[in-house]
Amino acid sequence: MIPIQKDAIQKQLDAFANEPLYIHLELTMGAYAAHFDSSKHPAANFIRNAVIQYSQGSIEGHGPYRVGLKLEHGWVYAEGLTHAVEDEDGRIILAGINSEGKLVVAFQLSKQPF
Amino acid sequence: MSEKILVVFPHPDDEAFGLSGTLAKFVAEGAQVTYACLTLGEMGRALGNPPIANRESLPLIRKEELIASCQAIGIQDLRMLGFMDKTVEFEPKEVVDAAIRSIYEEVKPTLVFTFFPGYSVHPDHDATGASVIRVLQELPAEERPKVLCIGFSHNMVQDNGEPDVSIDITNYLVQKRNAIAAHQSQFQISEMFGNEDIHSEEVKQRFGKEKFWTYSFQ
Ligand SMILES: [Zn+2]
Repeated sequence: MIPIQKDAIQKQLDAFANEPLYIHLELTMGAYAAHFDSSKHPAANFIRNAVIQYSQGSIEGHGPYRVGLKLEHGWVYAEGLTHAVEDEDGRIILAGINSEGKLVVAFQLSKQPF
Repeated sequence: MSEKILVVFPHPDDEAFGLSGTLAKFVAEGAQVTYACLTLGEMGRALGNPPIANRESLPLIRKEELIASCQAIGIQDLRMLGFMDKTVEFEPKEVVDAAIRSIYEEVKPTLVFTFFPGYSVHPDHDATGASVIRVLQELPAEERPKVLCIGFSHNMVQDNGEPDVSIDITNYLVQKRNAIAAHQSQFQISEMFGNEDIHSEEVKQRFGKEKFWTYSFQ
């Protein structure tokens, strides 16, 4: 993975607008969050290969970055994104990697199921 | 002539902390205040302690809190613009600008309050302030109302100097306290003012002034 280049991601988001896409969206604190710090309330979620379509998508911030997609009836939002995959299949694969090198948040879009 | 004031913020409660005393003072002096609140803060994490809201009921509860806060301050005209919390920066700029421009043109305010773009920490704050500035920038300089901003990022004073406007609100602390207390899903009022008497010297010292930066257009 490489650090996110905002302009390149914005171009990809523009190109993906107004067509059905598969999304993977994930947030995780890690399974051991409470083991190492009992004040933490461990939580995680993911949604994989749900189909969405957006009219407007953009990446904002100066890093870590935020992404928002405007859907017909709602929104997709992710915050804390730092890294991107240079993907041969043209998919958007973004991740937020913390100071320990661990994945905290994932935001991915593809025309084919992941 | 008394002021016609337009306040533009994205979240219910933004009005309560930074300028409720100032607005109450202007209202007492005869001002007409329109408050354009872009979202209902529906993605907020605070649900009351103990919880009085859930993810689905929060917008309705915060809407009622917002109305109560405006009543406490004396705001005569509240507009809820229907954007969603956390998404203002992702909306097409022309959509946000058009919503604010139409209220501006209707109200023709003599004084505008908003967030200082780039220095207001929450992306919704920055996006809201930026939209207000874009809309007013379009106007001929002689038509442009005065704009007073709130900014509270760590680099605000370093980059913009000390606030140039300071309003004494010691006579309006009751309104300020009641405005903050109206947002009961978000704050424990006792944590802010303690069990202090609202008229105590300590409360006057801590909350007696509200400060703003006048925005200078290019
Ligand atoms: Zn706010």
